[in-house]
Amino acid sequence: MKSLNRALAYLRYYKWTTSGAFLCLLLVNAANLATPQLLRLLIDRGINVLNISWVLYCVIGLIGVAVFRGIFNFLQGYWSEVIAQGVAYDLRNRIFAKLEVLSFSYHDQAQTGKLMTRMTSDVDLVQMFVGKGFLQLLSAIILLIGSIIILFTMNWRLTLVVIFVLLLIVGVFIFFVRGITPISMRVQQKLAGLNTILQENLAGVRVVKAFARETYELDRYMRQNQELLDESIILVQKFTTLFPMIFFLGNLAIVGIVGIGGLLAINQQLTLGELVAFVNYNNFLLMPIFMLGMIGSMLSRAEASAQRIFEVMDTQSDVKDKPDAISLPAINGQVIFENVSFRYYKGGEDVLSKVTFTANPGQVVAILGQTGSGKSSIINLLPRFYDVTSGSVLIDGYDVRNVTLDSLRSQIGIVLQETTLFSGTIRENIAYGRPEASLEDVVTAAKAAQAYEFISELPEGFDTVVGERGIGLSGGQKQRVAIARALLVNPHILILDDSTSSVDAETEYKIQQALQQLIAGRTSFIIAQRISTVRNADLILLMDKGYLVAQGTHNELIRTSEIYVSILETQFGEHVQLQEDEAL
Amino acid sequence: MMHGGGMQRIAETSEERAQNRGRVLSRLLYYLHPYRKAIIVALILTLISSATQAVGPMLIGWAIDDIINKGDIARLGMIVLFLFIAYLINMFAMRYQIYLMSWSGQRLLADLRNLIMAHIHKLSLQYLERKEAGDLMSRVMNDVDVINSFITQGMAQLIGGFFALIGLVIAMLGMDWRLALSVLIIIPFMLLTTNFFAITARRAYRKTRTTIGDVSAELQEELGGIKVAQAFNRGDLNTRRFMERNAANRDANVNANAVTSAFMPAMDVLSTIDMAIVAGYGGYLAVNGWISVGVVVAFIQYAQNFFRPIQMITQMWTIAQSALAAAERIFDLLDVVPDIQDAPDAVELPRVKGDVCFDGVCFGYIPNQPVICGLDLCVPTGATLAIVGPTGAGKSTLVSLLMRFYEVGAGTSESDGGRITIDGYDIRKVTQHSLRSQMAIVLQEPFLFSGTVMNNIRYSRLDASEAEVEAAAQAANAHDFIVRLPQGYQTQVGERGTMLSQGQRQLISIARAVLADPRILILDEATASVDTRTEALIQKALNQLLKGRTSFVIAHRLSTVRNADLVIVVNDGSIVERGTHTELLAKGGLYADLYNRQFYVPVK
Repeated sequence: MKSLNRALAYLRYYKWTTSGAFLCLLLVNAANLATPQLLRLLIDRGINVLNISWVLYCVIGLIGVAVFRGIFNFLQGYWSEVIAQGVAYDLRNRIFAKLEVLSFSYHDQAQTGKLMTRMTSDVDLVQMFVGKGFLQLLSAIILLIGSIIILFTMNWRLTLVVIFVLLLIVGVFIFFVRGITPISMRVQQKLAGLNTILQENLAGVRVVKAFARETYELDRYMRQNQELLDESIILVQKFTTLFPMIFFLGNLAIVGIVGIGGLLAINQQLTLGELVAFVNYNNFLLMPIFMLGMIGSMLSRAEASAQRIFEVMDTQSDVKDKPDAISLPAINGQVIFENVSFRYYKGGEDVLSKVTFTANPGQVVAILGQTGSGKSSIINLLPRFYDVTSGSVLIDGYDVRNVTLDSLRSQIGIVLQETTLFSGTIRENIAYGRPEASLEDVVTAAKAAQAYEFISELPEGFDTVVGERGIGLSGGQKQRVAIARALLVNPHILILDDSTSSVDAETEYKIQQALQQLIAGRTSFIIAQRISTVRNADLILLMDKGYLVAQGTHNELIRTSEIYVSILETQFGEHVQLQEDEAL
Repeated sequence: MMHGGGMQRIAETSEERAQNRGRVLSRLLYYLHPYRKAIIVALILTLISSATQAVGPMLIGWAIDDIINKGDIARLGMIVLFLFIAYLINMFAMRYQIYLMSWSGQRLLADLRNLIMAHIHKLSLQYLERKEAGDLMSRVMNDVDVINSFITQGMAQLIGGFFALIGLVIAMLGMDWRLALSVLIIIPFMLLTTNFFAITARRAYRKTRTTIGDVSAELQEELGGIKVAQAFNRGDLNTRRFMERNAANRDANVNANAVTSAFMPAMDVLSTIDMAIVAGYGGYLAVNGWISVGVVVAFIQYAQNFFRPIQMITQMWTIAQSALAAAERIFDLLDVVPDIQDAPDAVELPRVKGDVCFDGVCFGYIPNQPVICGLDLCVPTGATLAIVGPTGAGKSTLVSLLMRFYEVGAGTSESDGGRITIDGYDIRKVTQHSLRSQMAIVLQEPFLFSGTVMNNIRYSRLDASEAEVEAAAQAANAHDFIVRLPQGYQTQVGERGTMLSQGQRQLISIARAVLADPRILILDEATASVDTRTEALIQKALNQLLKGRTSFVIAHRLSTVRNADLVIVVNDGSIVERGTHTELLAKGGLYADLYNRQFYVPVK
């Protein structure tokens, strides 16, 4: 219940609507409770004593009550939905906002399918309970208590019979709810697993098809589906026992009323109208109890869902603004790594070990090394996508952990390894980091990134919509859009991570030229794939297994570092020869 | 008469809608066919539970008359006993009825999920890559669930409700036909009201399904690109954008529910009016001594009980509406005819040598906009073909056609779109499975499945032993980094494989291709995201691998194509140059131009 209580606290944003809905519920209940009394009067004062005018009064009264009840029933239903949807809206927004601030380490591990389930079916279950179930629970309790009080005033002995049955129902109910919670959690887990498979099959459809693994994937999906089915059926078994049993116990109360009430009536201790009213009130007792049963099952599922939702919301981002974080002022672009060690997760291997270097404003820093040597890690630490394990990263003397993320990242332009385009127009994609940018600025950036030409050949130019995963554009085209995106931000520090790897030689050549213009005046970190980058760099960082094994300029390293020379040879083969010839 | 035309139009559309609804429903019933036995038993049980519930007020009415008239305690005891037995039977009938329905519903749910998944796998890449994946997800996730809740909660109650109604009508007519008619008089009004609400609600609920689909799609895209979003400080802005879609979904739901919220009270008022009529008329009859008080009391009970099944039916009707809307969307998906299918007379492609020929191949993604036309090309068994050319020239299309991801001849008005043959077999005349299982492709953007590294490599040959997997990894130079991972080959890689660098992921996917031991190998800029040193290592391994296999290599780095037996330069969908590296270089055309530019070094 702890998590559900937290979810219930969201009702405070809908104070007036909640109160209104609740008030309406009370009025509906009052009208409900009045109905059997009118029926009792109808029988005792009207039919039984053959008085037609009482019959008329009661009939008019019944219709009046029904209209009254109808109006407030509608208002109650409408406002409940407003609350329920409002809470769902708030929860979804908060999860979304949370996902935006959670660090890369979280997203490295998180599975899209599972997060999707949090956002959809989990939120639905919680909103249903918080928005409607909770009010109905209150209303059911009030209806129960109200009915019992009225029954007591009519006949206390019969009322005891009814209460006895009620206690039985509550007992059965508690027993079942306890059993259901863990099973319902397992069902949700299996469901999330199933959705992950589906998601993967959609994202990796090319691989599935290329290896003709349709049957295998389908088998995998069907197996998980079967597991889900098995768990669901266990859950179903529990539920199907609960409802009929509660229903039966309710009916048992009727049996008691008719039996004992009948005896009392024969002995003139109860009027006929009262007996009928008792049976009617018993129906009113059944209704809330049914509702309690429904809400109860809803409650245990909603609690499980709320737990999962708050699990996401409570995840502390390991990278966040310090309470006293200051805004990083406009920087010159000096970058210092001081004894930086880094590992992606606790207990993992260091991917960076005691890395120390200084890059001065405007310098071009080329990072060289083989796959897994720690090149990407250096780059990820700069915009503080991860926090260092030890040591510190300083920009213009500010430790990146002491400034706000917004002020830090807005001064760094990045082209990541994977090119992600969002569904929307090309213009929106280029203006991603500066949505308010004018079309002119966007065009200028596109030109600089050598993207203008192909964009203007598209059916709708800059307004062409690109798909969810940027399908429709080739890898090289996507990459140039991504470069334009980074250019538009006009950053003081520029990071290019393998940024020109998937374009062909001709485009690459154009981009290289544009980049030469761009990097002027900015501190640039480039994961070097090109001999030209390496040669022109002001500082080369040579990485090997997480260690910075050598640093300096090309001319320095070629003389001092054997490893550098050997890497150049393996990477660029005979062309190194060419470079050295030129250098001579 | 004035509104005659309008009325007719409405009548027609609602008739159409009813027809369509009928089709969807009968198809849904078809999928329930395997569980017909369980459902029939459940329906019989429903009948029993309705009957035992209907017996209640009758027995109570008798009890009242007996008590008043005779004060007969023994008969009262009998009635009480009957009542008890009836309710006991009611409980067991209900329990097994609900169980059987839920059981069938859950099974149908699982069946539908499997069907959808199987169908997704049949669809071509062209379809899957165009449709937003999030929309598909939302269909499967939400729509199937809606149908399930209808089957498990709705259907039995809907049918049980009808039985209960029939039972009640019979019981009432048996007691007093005049009072029975006064109860039944309200039914036409109820049906009209229900129909009105059902139509309105269906429309409203359809909208909610669309809006929740939008929310899912937005979320999925955001999760896919979360790193870019954070790098560009888009947290707040994206949250606001999400909030807009989220708000649209909220409002659609509130609107839809306003309809259903009004429905129940309307029915409630109608039913109370009816009860009042019964009470008034019954009171009048009793006052005049034409019927006994017990009968009036029983009828008041009936009038109340009578509306319970009607309410239930109508309530379930709205669930049924959204279930039908959901079913319609699922069936729409299932009805999409895959544009690439095995021909009816498709044969198994026998183990091929690998003699590949493109013969006058035309293809376009969009009708009448061919990107490739009249392409002729032959790659003899065991030869390596390198494909070079500027971005967007059609290199990837070429290999996608070979793998039959896209269909040769599609999007062209030519009567003959050409053909691709392997060892003389037209690839459209063999099964897709036998075709693709003899090829392996390494894509530019590697994709890993959640699971261990071991299983990811094994993906291409499920029966491979651990030793074979390791051998493949060694051949792809992936072994060294894999054993350095926390759990070596048993390391779990995330859905997006993000714990590994792009290069590492590519190495794994290359190992995957190595393990497949294919006759035809396709490298689609496979080494683009691997650094040059790693690429050099892989190149060595690949050179080994390429031996004896027909290979198609798309490479942006001309250094990797020097050893190819044949190089083609593609531009604007046609082959502009072909020959060996040395020949083309000597020719001084586009190839030579590209080659020279690559190694141009801007001087600072």
